[in-house]
Amino acid sequence: MRTIRLQREDFDAGAEQAALARGRPEVGALVAFTGICRGDGIAALTLEHYPGMAEDEIARHVEEAERRWPLKGVTVIHRFGRLVPGDNIVLVVTASAHRAAAFAAAEFLMDYLKTKAPFWKHEERAGTASWVDAKAADDQAAERWNRRADAAE
Amino acid sequence: MRLKLLYFAWVRERIGKADEEVEPPAHVRTVADLVGWLSGRGEQYAYAFENPKVIRAAIDRAHVRADTVLAGAHEIAFFPPMTGG
Repeated sequence: MRTIRLQREDFDAGAEQAALARGRPEVGALVAFTGICRGDGIAALTLEHYPGMAEDEIARHVEEAERRWPLKGVTVIHRFGRLVPGDNIVLVVTASAHRAAAFAAAEFLMDYLKTKAPFWKHEERAGTASWVDAKAADDQAAERWNRRADAAE
Repeated sequence: MRLKLLYFAWVRERIGKADEEVEPPAHVRTVADLVGWLSGRGEQYAYAFENPKVIRAAIDRAHVRADTVLAGAHEIAFFPPMTGG
């Protein structure tokens, strides 16, 4: 099962998890990550994206995760538009028979979403607005999956 | 070669438009050549592309490097490093 959605509306993380596991006895592990808009001085966060490419890029990484781990299902939902602190931003749910694959695939997908999916965050704080800079730590987090792939070959 | 260009985030803001169609001259062969040619089209372009190293590009909705050849491309997008997730 594979679900990829980009949407302005909120999502229900619990309902998405239930949908991936319900009536599927082959699923023994479910990992869900929800990214939430933090309230550290931010009034609002607007997410711009590249329609068409964002879906394609997420799908490419879901396919890569399916090649690397024995997954029974993946759901990725990424919101765009204007969000305020406390709002959900992104959901990744991975399902597998055993926990290791679900944990690893969820982390892999999030690391890649941060650095390769065409989304850009614009912050509003106390009367000013600016584009969020990419973080070197996010690049490094994504890069370590390449090293692991090299090591495995 | 007629190309559709798309701009996102601060690249879009600096250039002042989200998309346009261009017909670059024949010597523009690669993504880096296109950035160089666009930079000469006016102050906004020069500002948007002032630091070519931070500019990311996609051809027909897939990430490409600056040395990628444009031949066969339809849609080329320029944007800053991504900050999703």
